[in-house]
Amino acid sequence: MTRLGGWGRFPLAECNVVTARSEADVRAAIEAAPLIARGNGRAYGDAALNTDQTLDMTGMDRMLSFNDGVLVAEAGVLLGDIIHTFLPRGWFPWVTPGTKYVSLGGAIAADVHGKNHHLDGSFRSCVDWIDLMGPDGTVTRVTPSDDLYDWTIGGMGLTGVILRAQIRLRQVETAWISQETRALTSVQETLDAFEETQDVPYSVAWIDCSDGPHHGHSLLLLGRHARADELPGHWRPLEVRRKGKLPVPFGAPPFIFRGLWLRAMNGIYWRRGAKRAGTSLVNWDSYFYPLDALANWNRLYGRNGFLQFQCALPEETAAAGLKELMDTIAAAQTGSVLSVLKRFGPQSGHVSFPMPGYTLALDFPANERSLALMQTLDQITLAHGGRFYLAKDARMPEAVAKADPRAKAFAAMRKQAGLTEKFTSLQSERLGL
Amino acid sequence: MSGPVLILGATSGMARAVARSFAEAGHPIQLAARDINRLDDDAADLRTRYGVDVTLHAFDALATGTHAAFFEGLDLPQIAICAVGAMGDQDQSAADPLGAAMVIRSNFEGPASILAHLANAMEARGSGTLVGISSVAGDRGRASNYVYGSAKAGFTAFLSGLRNRLARRGVHVVTVLPGFVRTAMTDGMDLPGPLTADPEEVGAAILKAVEKQKNIIYTRPIWRVVMAVIRNIPEPIFKKTSL
Repeated sequence: MTRLGGWGRFPLAECNVVTARSEADVRAAIEAAPLIARGNGRAYGDAALNTDQTLDMTGMDRMLSFNDGVLVAEAGVLLGDIIHTFLPRGWFPWVTPGTKYVSLGGAIAADVHGKNHHLDGSFRSCVDWIDLMGPDGTVTRVTPSDDLYDWTIGGMGLTGVILRAQIRLRQVETAWISQETRALTSVQETLDAFEETQDVPYSVAWIDCSDGPHHGHSLLLLGRHARADELPGHWRPLEVRRKGKLPVPFGAPPFIFRGLWLRAMNGIYWRRGAKRAGTSLVNWDSYFYPLDALANWNRLYGRNGFLQFQCALPEETAAAGLKELMDTIAAAQTGSVLSVLKRFGPQSGHVSFPMPGYTLALDFPANERSLALMQTLDQITLAHGGRFYLAKDARMPEAVAKADPRAKAFAAMRKQAGLTEKFTSLQSERLGL
Repeated sequence: MSGPVLILGATSGMARAVARSFAEAGHPIQLAARDINRLDDDAADLRTRYGVDVTLHAFDALATGTHAAFFEGLDLPQIAICAVGAMGDQDQSAADPLGAAMVIRSNFEGPASILAHLANAMEARGSGTLVGISSVAGDRGRASNYVYGSAKAGFTAFLSGLRNRLARRGVHVVTVLPGFVRTAMTDGMDLPGPLTADPEEVGAAILKAVEKQKNIIYTRPIWRVVMAVIRNIPEPIFKKTSL
């Protein structure tokens, strides 16, 4: 038994971890006991925890073929491996979340999104097919014309074990991003800027949810892949270096999550960003994965771990919903140094998280106060017709998840297909999926 | 220098990581194992990731009579790495001397036989590197795994002798003592974190050892200290310990 958690290290559970290195290993595991497949453990909560059997897929990390941007790979391959292999040849993932340490299987199961969701959709946009092992051990190649595809992408591993998939990469001229930073001073200004920049491939804003003079201040980071002719002549456009990671050996002192300090930090960050506003060239790694530079940044929150809150709000109610969420967070005087705001494009699939509108994400130290605050945030989100991201969730009550009719449909589908007995996680049990 | 690298016992987790390290450095790879059907995906992985040539070769370490023929059907590699081995189960090995003999043959007789053939050919050519993956278990026999350990001790001595013999013949021999590694062989074992390496770490360490012509490497340096202590415990005390 291994004491295991998600990236937020809350909750922790004693899990029987079994490593899969081949299709036969997966089949044997499915026969043996109920399970959930686990990739690189980057879901924040309990989505990849099963006490009976947690199937570690990182041993299945083979890349099987690559032709003209089309990659077939096993589920345990990390996005970072894909980048290190193919960016030097001029290819980059079609969609990437904020860490490159996610597995391919995990990216599909959570249907992750990136800074380009408003234009390019979620991870599913690049998935041609998935080899899925069902409850009886048979392997089905699931394609976009199958109903199972729509349940599997975003289905948190609850439709079977994703063995391998074919994905498409995007051709790029350089490993650099041309970034424009705008310093804005209110939520409405930020939303207006998002609407006005819908044709820019990548956009994300860091917004200040703290209580104080900087509340609502934001830095909007816009980006697109730089062309070769935009780089200084002596640069090698596709050079990719493996950067070292700075370890985070211990937790930060708890005072940094309290009001005054938070306010000060956010103010400094915003003023620094505002000073540097304008256009610059940023390395792919720093642009897409700023936090990956710290090996275990999740340890910053100390031994109790942390909770992430991420909701999506529909277009019509986003402005009002965001205001209420941010005011509530500010009044609570807890939470992360910064929160992330992002425009979403159209929705796809049966269970995927994104919906047209906006998504807000921020983290909190795992404690009673945060849990109480998040229940309030749940209700505000629901009142505005929003929904929640299962890859971040560690504590939602079943009733909140089931307020989304898709959750009930998913539970019914799973029951009918005989998936409920075989594929379960602590999260699926908690949410009654 | 990026001549072909032969990897014997290529289906093991450690061998996979070693193959990746050398392929990443640009070497063509020859994968050899008893069941080459199990190597198709690994070969595809090396080609896809690193764009190197990969060939598959059927090889049975225990069928020592076939080794001369195996090796005739092969382009002589620049580097040959022997990852053949099987830990067995010590309790079974203790109870069943025939089973113990198999463990000894897998870890000593088979590897020594194929490396002897390769050593002679490399000596005749006047160049090459041989790498034997042995084990810290060979440094001192312990109740918990002395059958495996004694075979590895034999293999370590064999590598040492080979290195001595070939030192002035242009052929270098590297002895690798990995300590604990997270692979299928150690699944389910409760391994101490600071002493346990990931296979990728072993792969990188072996590549570096070959490039720098090291003689004996412990993939985690702490093992050099740990084993020095274990080797130096006086026997009257050692025999009463359970390590």
